[in-house]
Amino acid sequence: MEVAATNPSEETNVWGGGNKPLNASYGKMMMWFFIVSDALTFTGFLVAYGFSRFKNIDSWPIADEVFTHFPFLHGIDAPMYYVALMTFILIFSSVTMVMAVDAGHHMNKAKVTFYMLLTIIGGAIFVGSQAWEWKNFIKGEYGALETRGGQILQFVDGDTGKRVALDAFAASIATDRSTHESSNGIWFVGEFSLPTYSLDEVKAGFTANENLVIRGEKLNAKGQKIVLSREESLVKINDAVDVVEGANLIHNEYGNRLFADFFFFITGFHGFHVLSGVVINIIIFFNVIRGTYEERGHYEMVEKVGLYWHFVDLVWVFVFTFFYLV
Amino acid sequence: MAHAEQKLAIFRGLLKFKSNVHKIWGVLIFLSIVTTVEVALGIIKPASLMSMFLGMKILNWIFIILTIVKAYYIAWDFMHIRDEKGSLKGSIVLPLVILIPYLAFILLIEADYIFEVMNTGFVSWNF
Repeated sequence: MEVAATNPSEETNVWGGGNKPLNASYGKMMMWFFIVSDALTFTGFLVAYGFSRFKNIDSWPIADEVFTHFPFLHGIDAPMYYVALMTFILIFSSVTMVMAVDAGHHMNKAKVTFYMLLTIIGGAIFVGSQAWEWKNFIKGEYGALETRGGQILQFVDGDTGKRVALDAFAASIATDRSTHESSNGIWFVGEFSLPTYSLDEVKAGFTANENLVIRGEKLNAKGQKIVLSREESLVKINDAVDVVEGANLIHNEYGNRLFADFFFFITGFHGFHVLSGVVINIIIFFNVIRGTYEERGHYEMVEKVGLYWHFVDLVWVFVFTFFYLV
Repeated sequence: MAHAEQKLAIFRGLLKFKSNVHKIWGVLIFLSIVTTVEVALGIIKPASLMSMFLGMKILNWIFIILTIVKAYYIAWDFMHIRDEKGSLKGSIVLPLVILIPYLAFILLIEADYIFEVMNTGFVSWNF
């Protein structure tokens, strides 16, 4: 291994300190070590996701059917366009970050400030987009039934093959059932807010609409959800015990419960990284304006937060692939 | 710091840039093209790529390979690994290159095994 000192005129003293075998400053190297360990944390999450997915390979939800929203395009099926846009935003904010680092090398304070600002804006747009994505995911679109074994039953129009939302067919049955709050009755027992329709209403509506059929979680050989016949559906609906609308950590209308759990956990963890990245960028931004690095004589701090920021982008590239594409 | 000599060629010297700023824009264009290809493939889903290869669809293999290509250019050009010393490069990249495929390999094999066990009916998944 090469252990020559960085400056040939200096005396080469390997153990005496003062030489940099990796030619990187202390701070930059620590940032790299943090990134390596954080990369392994994300690996753990994504591989755990892969584990659950391979374990349920014949019944995993289809991402294209889950993430279909695009801002201002209501009711239009737009799978993946929005996350693709988010990917571009993040890659672009990565580029402005490299530009800031590059300007820092030339000690150009005005340019560093400008590019840092663009980076912060890009990051903020990304976090906002992710919040919007979460909102749609939590709210849900069609609603579904859940069986006692935790399987999701979704409704499909037997003629067109299109998904049907609960409010399109559920009957209206008068009931005095209201949300049980922990302040009433047995004080320590409460429940989430009730779904818009009761199980009986959905069942009655299903029986009344002859063209409706049920779709389970299982996939056929082509990777599409298997749709039951009308007769099978009428039997299957009796397995249902719950109405599910949208998603939370316990139930979700999209299919396997683990899918929503991993979605919240992995994109949430990544979103938290972006958020902290934006906060750190803002701090550095103000330091740049104040002239801290001008006084210090170098902009290495910008380079270090830059490394973190690119790492966040790098992780998103993988999250994008494994959550939305594969 | 690395700004003394920045390597300005990508694709093994096939594409040389005049300055670091040019190189950054070049890499951005390349990354955008790769992402666009990914999204296009994901929307079209060509039937010819749906056959299985080593337990996964060929399309999924393409996605994973393109993702690694993107990761390479982000790390090499945006994070400036290209300009670092070989020893630093190795100490960052090698642990990840060894540990990540290893973890993925053992856990996915295990998951596939569990799937087989449940599939052959030893466990009732829907009761």
